[in-house]
Amino acid sequence: MSVNEKKDWTPTIVAFCCNWCSYAGADLAGSGRMSYPANVKIIRIPCSCRLNPMFVLRAFQRGADGVILCGCHPGDCHYSTGNYYARRRMTLLFSMLDYLGIERSRTRVEWVSAAEGAKFAATMNDFAKTITELGENKKLGDLRCKE
Amino acid sequence: MKKLALSALNAFYSKISETKTLIAPIESAGQVDFGVWSEGAQVRLDVLKTVKSAKGAFFPQVEDMVRFHVQGKNIEIDPAEVMDEDFVIFGVRACDARSFELLDRVFLSDPVDPFYAARRAHGTVVTLACGEPEETCFCTNFGIDAADPKGDVSAWIVGEAMYLRANTEKGEALIEGLDDAEDGAVGETQASIRAIAEKLPFGRLNLTGFDGDHLMERFSDPKWAELSRACLGCGTCTFVCPTCQCYDVRDFDTGNGIQRYRCWDSCMYSDFTLMAHGTNRPTQLERFRQRFMHKLVYFPSNNEGLYSCVGCGRCLAKCPQGLHIVKVIKALGVKDNA
Amino acid sequence: MILERVRALMSEGVADRVLGWEAGESAYDRTPAFFNSENLDNLKYDSFCGCNVSKYLVAEMPKEGKIIALIKPCDSYSLNQLCTEHRVNREKVFALGVGCRGKIDVEKLRAMGVKGITDIAEDGDMLKVTTLYGEKTVARRDALLDKCLCCKGKEHKGVDEVIGESEETTVGDKFGMVAKLEAMTPDERFAFWRSELSKCIRCNACRNVCPACSCVKCVFDNPNTGVANKAAADDFEENMFHIIRAFHVAGRCTDCGECSRVCPQGIPLHLLNRKFIKDINELYGDYQAGEEIGQRHPVIDFTKADAEPSVVHQRGGAKA
Repeated sequence: MSVNEKKDWTPTIVAFCCNWCSYAGADLAGSGRMSYPANVKIIRIPCSCRLNPMFVLRAFQRGADGVILCGCHPGDCHYSTGNYYARRRMTLLFSMLDYLGIERSRTRVEWVSAAEGAKFAATMNDFAKTITELGENKKLGDLRCKE
Repeated sequence: MKKLALSALNAFYSKISETKTLIAPIESAGQVDFGVWSEGAQVRLDVLKTVKSAKGAFFPQVEDMVRFHVQGKNIEIDPAEVMDEDFVIFGVRACDARSFELLDRVFLSDPVDPFYAARRAHGTVVTLACGEPEETCFCTNFGIDAADPKGDVSAWIVGEAMYLRANTEKGEALIEGLDDAEDGAVGETQASIRAIAEKLPFGRLNLTGFDGDHLMERFSDPKWAELSRACLGCGTCTFVCPTCQCYDVRDFDTGNGIQRYRCWDSCMYSDFTLMAHGTNRPTQLERFRQRFMHKLVYFPSNNEGLYSCVGCGRCLAKCPQGLHIVKVIKALGVKDNA
Repeated sequence: MILERVRALMSEGVADRVLGWEAGESAYDRTPAFFNSENLDNLKYDSFCGCNVSKYLVAEMPKEGKIIALIKPCDSYSLNQLCTEHRVNREKVFALGVGCRGKIDVEKLRAMGVKGITDIAEDGDMLKVTTLYGEKTVARRDALLDKCLCCKGKEHKGVDEVIGESEETTVGDKFGMVAKLEAMTPDERFAFWRSELSKCIRCNACRNVCPACSCVKCVFDNPNTGVANKAAADDFEENMFHIIRAFHVAGRCTDCGECSRVCPQGIPLHLLNRKFIKDINELYGDYQAGEEIGQRHPVIDFTKADAEPSVVHQRGGAKA
């Protein structure tokens, strides 16, 4: 897929962040005045394993061009094991999206702790760059939401 | 009567589609369904039963009705436009052609459905006689002659040629300019179709007792419980049926407004006619009974005995568990001695 | 033979009712049905009983007494899976394994151009089909259901008794088509799935027949979710339904193939389920759902050394 031709287009990115680590990491990035794109929309979830596959699809339906899940590092889950389950589920879901021909780089999982404000900002910058290069999400959007 | 070599059909489609949208049975990913014709489309006139019936040309599975745009405190209402272009639907079988008459009784009686009415007014129906009726066909029970289908134009395939007869002015206009042919040219073909129709295994079902006078008798038959037990509650029978006409009106929240659309509904579904108080058909027994009572008892009792089944046999071919209207008629009906 | 054995079991007091199949109106219609000692003669088991009856046991569980269920080798996996999930109480079922040498798909006969089928007789490896247009002979193996071409073997897993001989009918590699799709470019895969899924009429037969789809209320039946459940209103809705349907049964799908058998549009839905099975096998070790009762399936399990989701980005196939 080539670079999007529309000049004024900026990607919409939905970042699902776990309440205990990554959301705090995003907070730290903010209070540390580290910059990451304003078009990253953060949705706080109680744990990375709360991410229902349907949430990912709905985000794409309603205009997301990329979806990223951030949770505690494996082993550090506030609920002990939540992110281990999330890891398997997202692996399978992303693989299925790839199998259906949807660009595999549109989805990502990163583990970001509460202390990693810089990693959060860097991850978002990198992801936004990837999605900008990929261009608009045309394969998994809902035309009715675009009018 | 007019005549057209089968080899010239493609040119004929091409000519029609210059001025009108042409809908025909087209093969796509291994299945044949009515779809919009374009150059290179694989038209399958040999396939008797498209998966979905032809009703979709007049009553599509999903249809937008109105859109509400919300901006601040203002709501803008933008009704969907009704069809205003002529189209031709080609290769409709006699059973599906009858289904249009049944749908007319529902959608064109007061209050008239403007979406359906516009499509009916703009559509030209070209029917095709059934060369080889299948074992699942039982249109003969409903006074349908597969050898002489109705519609604006009737067509027959004899050898390497198609014979076409216009039945209406719309039909005349469509086949104007084709070569003339003898009226009797299709007589032999018709006779052979009728001979096969006589041999259909379900060609003569006993429909005695399926009428408004025996409504309670049919309704309270204890056999419904056993019959419905294997029903999966899927919507296959409803969605392939040419006469099922129930629809649901739904709102889709687009984020900046509401898209109101209607879509086919199925009485087999648990949320069919769901109301604030709940549902009045809580189990599959009631839902299953509703479908067949509607077709075989309620509809005829409101429409001079006209059954809401045309015997196309799609449900016989498609029900995953082999439950279908013929099974119901035989189980509930008067036992036939023949 | 089956009928005699069932009758004997009933008279011994093993069970008071039977779940099997009965003949329908045509030569090939077979409908799942329940029998008691009075209508037991209607029980029919032959090469047209392709349907998997195990899910019907779920509704029988609140009732008193024990039920004899006729179970084909592949159905036994579904039964075990339902027991694992506590949807079926194994104590209340007498699983009578019945032999199977592959079941016949009438749609395949139709696709071969056999029209007007009024009777089908089996003659060894051949089928003699009587039609309105004369007799036709077809090789039995050419008319088998797709699911029988990926047969799980002739062994019944965990049934109480087996009657009759079974044959394995596998042809080729069950992951062959999945691998072929994986090797395509994303755009080719996208085109393939669009052409298949755009046929979907949202009849929900794939969901309703699935022994793994045993939720009391499906998320797609809940009007409050905002997910349209009876209309393929647009491409997204089609994708969403099929991804979520397959995901919900990932790890629990025994690959019984019922979804593809019932699809009125012939969509190869099993290819979605098999993709999950293949991924699970490759990433988390070989796993066959329903092999025995009490397994913990890989999607509700983990190891600390599991692959990261980025493995999807690194794996073979053409890059996006």
